Amino acid sequence: MTTTAATREVYGQTLLKLGNDNRDIVVVGGDLNKSTFIHLFAQEFPDRFFDMGPAEQNMMSVSAGLANAGKTVFASTFAVFGSGRPYDQIRLGISQPNLNVKIVVTHAGIMTGDDGMSAQSIEDLSLMCALPNFTVIVPADGPETVKAVVAAANTKGPFYIRLSRAATPVIHEENYSFEIGKAEIIRSGPQATIIACGIMVDAALMAADKLSTEGINCSVINMATLQPVDKEAIITAAKNTGAIITAEEHLHHGGLNSIVAQVVGENYPVPIEAVSLTRYAESGDPKLLLEKYGLTPDSIAKAVKVAIERK
Amino acid sequence: MITNELSIGEMESLSKELRQDILNTIFEAGSGHPGGSLSAVEILTSLYWKEMQHDPANPGNPDRDKFILSKAHACPVLYVVLAKCGYFPREELWTFRKIGSILQGHAHIMTPGVEMSGGSLGQGLSFGVGSALAARLDSKKSRTYVLLGDGECDEGQIWEAAMSAAHYKLDNLVAIIDRNGIQNDRLTSEVMNLEPLPDKWRSFGWNTIEIDGHKFEDIIASLKTARSTKDKPTAIIATTIKGKGVSFMENNPGFHGKSPNEEELVKALDELSR
Repeated sequence: MTTTAATREVYGQTLLKLGNDNRDIVVVGGDLNKSTFIHLFAQEFPDRFFDMGPAEQNMMSVSAGLANAGKTVFASTFAVFGSGRPYDQIRLGISQPNLNVKIVVTHAGIMTGDDGMSAQSIEDLSLMCALPNFTVIVPADGPETVKAVVAAANTKGPFYIRLSRAATPVIHEENYSFEIGKAEIIRSGPQATIIACGIMVDAALMAADKLSTEGINCSVINMATLQPVDKEAIITAAKNTGAIITAEEHLHHGGLNSIVAQVVGENYPVPIEAVSLTRYAESGDPKLLLEKYGLTPDSIAKAVKVAIERK
Repeated sequence: MITNELSIGEMESLSKELRQDILNTIFEAGSGHPGGSLSAVEILTSLYWKEMQHDPANPGNPDRDKFILSKAHACPVLYVVLAKCGYFPREELWTFRKIGSILQGHAHIMTPGVEMSGGSLGQGLSFGVGSALAARLDSKKSRTYVLLGDGECDEGQIWEAAMSAAHYKLDNLVAIIDRNGIQNDRLTSEVMNLEPLPDKWRSFGWNTIEIDGHKFEDIIASLKTARSTKDKPTAIIATTIKGKGVSFMENNPGFHGKSPNEEELVKALDELSR
């Protein structure tokens, strides 16, 4: 049986530990503090925790003010409220002056499920990757979340880290070595490369397993850092396997697929297939939503075959 | 760290000099916002030459008081003040809005002495809340002053920030509203009625003071009251005249965001040298 962990819960625990060691860390919330698990930090360090209520514009500009005064600021809310809603405040107040604010969002993608399309953030990676200076990370599981959050705390500059609501399968060991901007090659095979991020990394591995039983052997890359992206890893994958399939819990436009396609198109054109969303989803059980909207190992396996066919 | 202590007479003559430099700066650039820069001259003069502790030699001095220009389009007034204080050479003013300049069209953090990147209205008070929270957390005496435009108070985020500042009892935070009554297109009363503006600030939990924003005695007294007010942020609603000091710019919405031409500049400088 696979172990699972909710990346948001892992985040809350990690932040609590970081708060002990680093007194410059302050946390800003927006009335979703139990859901984002920053309440763990708030309980332990009430003087370094500021709830701004559901006023996300204020939340982001207050974070900028704290960062400008030398604080390492973690600002957390749901993905929809931490990206699109206060986008101008992030652009002007955090990205342009390159301030030390870590926006760590939870409840990203359609896995948010029953709350419906208003709560399902599927445009956020496009928005956040459009901002110069921002490092954008989508951890695949609990252990990677720990590493990404620690790396963000120890690296000056703005970060966007995208986490999920639901418990997701753990694919990394605890001592897994994570590096910002470095792709992780989890599996090697010559016929195609699946490049995935977030919850789709596990689906990609399942797809690769399934394909190998049919005699198709492909590589799987975990592209946790979307910005700055590991161009070398993408180019090498294109050269070595001649076909690329991207898999992400995000709209087709502006996220992982767009970023990978740009690198491939500019450097070593090969066929690319995308497993992503093409429209807004709806309320429903997360698992059923993934099936209905085509974010499954089967969809990935199918896309791999199409990509290989197009070589 | 310096605390300037100019007399009111000295500040009055300094204001004329600053107003001339504002117009020269905007004229050299060929664009900019004279109206809302001229209306805030006495406010900034009082802050930089009377109220604040700051450090032109070390703009990042961690113990400094902070001035945040939320109405960042009025950056010419801030730039001439910073130049006069010695944050950068006066000659830099003539590069305003030009390629490669440290003086951007809207205030940006790259300029020595500028605390916040602005240019999209409504964000400076929130930034000030962050600054004031950090100062309190670090047990610093440092105070934060935010200059808001009155038209800027149309932005909803101002009121999010106002609520949070009162909630956190930030008595080290002062908002000064440059109440010149004119915004980009028209009179503030025509675009979006703000009144009763003092009542709004009071009802949001702020110690609210109404003053004449061109009278040094008023400005200095209100800043003193703010200093002695505990557990509440202070809002100073400073009634001002847009384009103050130049007869044909005063109360003229046409000079919100337009440079004077050469003839107008000569006339304005002449008025200001009397």
